[in-house]
Amino acid sequence: MNGLPNKVIILGSSALKIGEAGEFDYSGSQAIKALKEEGVFTILVNPNIATIQTSDHLADQVYFLPVTSYFVEQVIQKEKPNGILLGFGGQTALNCGLELEKSGVLAHFGVRVLGTPVEAILNTEDRELFVAKLRQIDVQTPRSFAVTDIDEAVNKACEIGFPVMIRIAFALGGLGSGLCRDESEVRELAQKALSYTRQILVEEYLLGWKEVEYEIVRDQYDNCLSVCNMENFDPMGIHTGESIVVAPSQTLTNREYHKLRAIAIRTVRHLGIIGECNIQYALDPYSEDYRVIEINARLSRSSALASKATGYPLAHVAAKLALGHSLTEVSNSITKVTKASFEPALDYLVVKIPRWDLQKFKQVSKRIGSGMKSVGEIMAIGRTFEEALQKGLRMLENGASGLVLNRHFDVTDIKKELAEPTDQRIFAIPAALKSGMTVDDIHRLSYIDKWFLYKIKNIVDIEEQLVTVGEQRCPCDLLQDAKQHGFSDEQIGRALGTTELDVRQLRRAYGLTPKVKQIDTLAAEYPAQTNYLYLTYNGAEDDLAFLERKSVMVLGGGAYRIGSSVEFDWCCVNSVMTLKELNYQTIMVNYNPETVSTDYDECDKLYFDELSFETVLDIYEKEKPIGVIVSMGGQIPNNLALRLDKAGVKLLGTSAGSIDNAEDRHQFSKMLDGLGIDQPEWRELADMDEAIRFGEAVGYPVLVRPSYVLSGAAMSVASTNEELKKFLNKASDISSDHPVVISKFIENAKEIEIDAVAQEGELLVYAISEHVENAGVHSGDATIVLPPQRTYLETTRRVKKIARQLAQILKINGPFNMQFVAKDNEVKVIELNLRASRSFPFASKIFKVNFIDIATRVIMGHHVPKIDRSAFDLEYVGVKAPQFSFTRLIGADPTLGVEMASTGEVGCLGDDFEEAFLKALLSVGYKLPIKNILLSTGPIESKAEFLPSTRLLQGMGMNFYATGGTASFMQANGITVTKLHWPLSEKKPNVNDYLETGKIDLVINIPKNYQEEELTNDYMIRRKAVDFAIPLFTNLQLARRFVEAISRKSIVDLQIKSWKEYL
Amino acid sequence: MERKRIKARLELEDSSVFQGYSFGAQTSVAGEVVFNTSMVGYPESLTDPSYYGQILVLTYPLIGNYGVPESKIVDGLDEWFESSRIQVTGLIVSEYSFDYDHWSAGKSLAQWLIDHNVPGLYGVDTRMLTKRLREEGSMLGRLLFFTENKSFYDPNKINLVAKVSVKAPIEYGDGDKKVILIDCGAKDNIVRCLLQRGLRVRRVPWNYDFTSEEFDGVMISNGPGDPKMCRETVDILRTAMQIEKPIFGICMGNQILSLAAGANTYKLKFGHRSQNQPCVEVGTKRCYITSQNHGYAVDGRTLPQGWAPWFVNANDSTNEGIRHLSKPFRSVQFHPEAAPGPVDTAGLFDDFKRLLI
Repeated sequence: MNGLPNKVIILGSSALKIGEAGEFDYSGSQAIKALKEEGVFTILVNPNIATIQTSDHLADQVYFLPVTSYFVEQVIQKEKPNGILLGFGGQTALNCGLELEKSGVLAHFGVRVLGTPVEAILNTEDRELFVAKLRQIDVQTPRSFAVTDIDEAVNKACEIGFPVMIRIAFALGGLGSGLCRDESEVRELAQKALSYTRQILVEEYLLGWKEVEYEIVRDQYDNCLSVCNMENFDPMGIHTGESIVVAPSQTLTNREYHKLRAIAIRTVRHLGIIGECNIQYALDPYSEDYRVIEINARLSRSSALASKATGYPLAHVAAKLALGHSLTEVSNSITKVTKASFEPALDYLVVKIPRWDLQKFKQVSKRIGSGMKSVGEIMAIGRTFEEALQKGLRMLENGASGLVLNRHFDVTDIKKELAEPTDQRIFAIPAALKSGMTVDDIHRLSYIDKWFLYKIKNIVDIEEQLVTVGEQRCPCDLLQDAKQHGFSDEQIGRALGTTELDVRQLRRAYGLTPKVKQIDTLAAEYPAQTNYLYLTYNGAEDDLAFLERKSVMVLGGGAYRIGSSVEFDWCCVNSVMTLKELNYQTIMVNYNPETVSTDYDECDKLYFDELSFETVLDIYEKEKPIGVIVSMGGQIPNNLALRLDKAGVKLLGTSAGSIDNAEDRHQFSKMLDGLGIDQPEWRELADMDEAIRFGEAVGYPVLVRPSYVLSGAAMSVASTNEELKKFLNKASDISSDHPVVISKFIENAKEIEIDAVAQEGELLVYAISEHVENAGVHSGDATIVLPPQRTYLETTRRVKKIARQLAQILKINGPFNMQFVAKDNEVKVIELNLRASRSFPFASKIFKVNFIDIATRVIMGHHVPKIDRSAFDLEYVGVKAPQFSFTRLIGADPTLGVEMASTGEVGCLGDDFEEAFLKALLSVGYKLPIKNILLSTGPIESKAEFLPSTRLLQGMGMNFYATGGTASFMQANGITVTKLHWPLSEKKPNVNDYLETGKIDLVINIPKNYQEEELTNDYMIRRKAVDFAIPLFTNLQLARRFVEAISRKSIVDLQIKSWKEYL
Repeated sequence: MERKRIKARLELEDSSVFQGYSFGAQTSVAGEVVFNTSMVGYPESLTDPSYYGQILVLTYPLIGNYGVPESKIVDGLDEWFESSRIQVTGLIVSEYSFDYDHWSAGKSLAQWLIDHNVPGLYGVDTRMLTKRLREEGSMLGRLLFFTENKSFYDPNKINLVAKVSVKAPIEYGDGDKKVILIDCGAKDNIVRCLLQRGLRVRRVPWNYDFTSEEFDGVMISNGPGDPKMCRETVDILRTAMQIEKPIFGICMGNQILSLAAGANTYKLKFGHRSQNQPCVEVGTKRCYITSQNHGYAVDGRTLPQGWAPWFVNANDSTNEGIRHLSKPFRSVQFHPEAAPGPVDTAGLFDDFKRLLI
């Protein structure tokens, strides 16, 4: 190696999406830290403004620009780095880097790819090269043959050996695929499949094989080791991102474990990987036969999980290795005395469980399988599988109290759920056991290893024992057994017919408390210098002494999910940083393995454990901190505020009473009335007739929010009596126990938000932003502009005034966020959150005023001077845009509504709105230039409203395509348009063909009403656009602003300016 | 699943007591308490003769998951095990998995322990126990049932090697080259590793003088206890060294070769028992992940002229191997034969074979 690079560009993974989430903020941040330690100048390209890696204290230069070859090339040209890291920003970064390499940009500018060479990456990315490469060293991959006729299919099937799978290459949703047990079945299925397509795949059948992964690191001196192995609870057939995963493996013998490990090391050496990679195996459950499924020659979701599971900082080490260091030179950052050249030994196990949000989407299939649909994950640590599993199920915050003793987790068709799993399969297992099915029966249907099923049976057995205790006092042995198997006090209370607090009391009377254990990478062989901690009931002593100290607990945000994501991690990490600066000992509680806040070097003590009332209180009682901050981690800690306060926990910041005043709809409303502050009319209703009467009285449309949701969307908009009835009948169980809240839905109004910090009731700093979309699009899905460009001064003045009034009356002492609807200068309050909000990092980074730093100082009682107003007098604009993951959610209707659907966001800067807006849209997948547009502009009012935009586009020389109504409307207005037939009609020219063959560059499809649910033609168009990755607008305002923007600017007008260059 | 739980306890010589429940034979025992941090391989570990006289604590909390394989004799050796019996005196775990599942399993770990009359304890905070052993050093302990009593017993005071070594020479394989394996308590996989490379193995007792026999190389095996108890082995080896045929030592073999060379050995505070010990080849940046099980070590500073340290532990800098600078004499403190553990250093057997002229 000739000299270390001194200037390195790092590509981020852009917005969070399904399959690429917070794990890359974690790995990117670690890489930057590692490079900085070496004195390397770092340049980061990542438009994900809510990430930690885009903080001012990390990379030397940050570009909030799209991670596409065009923009990265511009940055390279400007910054002239001599090295590039491709492995830390997921597939997005990798693909972009490969493109830059292929087009010769990297060579041209003398940028060297650090770490794994490009050739090795290509050998893992290209299936054929991969198989060939592995064959060279006799490593098995699944056998698969592409065939074009029936006889060939039969021949190949015989060669592979029965059973085989027949699949259609590139088919969505498994169309035409199936299992064949003998020759005649192959003939039958191949004939059918070949009628759809020219080519089919005959593949080895691996369904039900164990799925095992290894995380491997290798340095340029050929030192190579396995940091962690993991085993999927859900065997082959279910994507590893959709599987429950345990680390280390549980059902592998020494021979299996080390056979696969040795193959991994041999393969990684053969490929020439330098840094980190992940290797996935299928392992025959009845022999030591195996197949290598794939290798990811980059940091991945699994590597983030492995880092958290073991305490081995994979990304940090990988970055050091990329710079040319040897594993023997990098130190173990947990023990500080040992080196990175070792393999962690765990004396606990972890369970990862995916978090799905499928109920947020219309028409999406709930089946889980070979594609990824989950939006986040949790990791639970325990010393028994049962303990970790039950903790983990609670961590999902889906309403489950654990595996058993849940309310509303009924499985209707147990056998089907086991064999054709949805996101609820885990709950079907205890149900199956209770219904009399045996472990063998369940195994036959689900292929889940019996060892796991036995463990679940243990949980069911303990439940049964608890339930039979009856009136008498629960014996200590049983209570301990239950706690050791992960039962929460709430679950036990439910079984015993008492309350959670009663159980807590009984537990204390018996002296049963959880013990705190350290994760030390070496199973206690060496003392740990860091406090990476978890709680367990399978232990007799705490690993540490709790000395009285000036400590503060910060509650984290939990699993990433729709509505709560990396932005809260940013808030937590920043809060901890300020606390440290103020000389407090910091205690972080969180359990999301994809975060930076769960990095043990961010805080003094990290409790990788539940954010439940019980656990937080347990930690609080041990640590005796000054207090707890609940306003940084989003809604989970916010929801705990009142109960913690009642239990005697000292909350820091705004009081629990005030939080309750804002959260409780009735109290909040009364308060607003008292202050003369307007809000949309609403009512809490317990029966259908009342609901209809209210709807008619305030006038439709109305927003309906059930307090308890059975299935389907939680919130909805109804435009007529019929729609209201239909929704209430279908989605909710309306009764006095479960009332619905119905509020007036204000149409054609703007939505305004304020993010602010108040000190002792006095407004200290604030950011007012406007939505591009009209009110009605969830604020998490809206495109947000800061500072506002099209809001009346009078409106912002009113917003500020209301914020000031509420801060005062609620004695707000910390961060808060409010949302308003504004129409003709009339401002109505929709929501107040007495906590940091999703847009805090965005506001902080645009203004270069760290709201969280200020809030934390305020919360700790430090006086903060008012911020000079000139700080908010910007000469540039920030735009935040949502990222959707509809491609992954097969069948989901990609429209926007009152339920949030986006999985991530970006924030970009520009000298004016258009520039920032276009950068943001290009960052979330919109593409320029555009030549051919398919229009379907919805109801007549919106058709008319879009007409000026159509004319603008016409002026730019665009070709228009439209279906029926829109085409006639355009023709009537003198616009040339090619009329296409609806997808559901057989006639040509058909929209479908145009979409499928790349003849359309942009689809603008405005839905006709708020609650479109049928499989309509419009839905088909939208879905097709998503499936073929064609940019799509479904919101009128957004589409209009986009048209305006592209009429004024093209891609070359978008300036390549780093964050620092905006002053 | 109401299982009748039998209480038992582990007492250490520092008078601390760990309560637990029995899952093996109900018999009180005494020995030296040591811990192992491996996450897999309990059937292999438990049959490793180096554990003779020891009560083994496994730090990985879930044990018994995949049961214990059926016996299957291949080439005179039981394929899945490292010797024909359980060698540990007692076993301590956090959680014992009463239900097990694996295609290779023939019985449960509990049943296997009972068959061999070895007690097992579960429900113990093994991390707490391990930390104590780490801080205080390996200690004597006794595993007691009911009101039974048993005196503390220090296995290192006697010649443990004599207890586990074969009683008479055994021959394996029919290769052209013949290797003398000095059995100080050899793990069967050493024999398998040699057989797999087409070598003939003559496994001889620890105190058997083979020096007047025909052979092409000598391998000194692993074994339990203090190497200084094996005076006779050291003496025989010294004679063998004069013949100048290749010699390779493993674990105890490393210590015996060092003693024969004139270096010193000492007892480690709590030893190395795990599958993740990093060993750096001296003078290079190459590091190997190794499987280890030893309580004694070679003092690298006492190596006489003509000898050099070969490997050094990357964690605590203890000696992990020695080599003669001009003669084909080498040894390693770790286990290239693995079983259990990583197989990364298996190439050392190939190197050894290449030396056999």
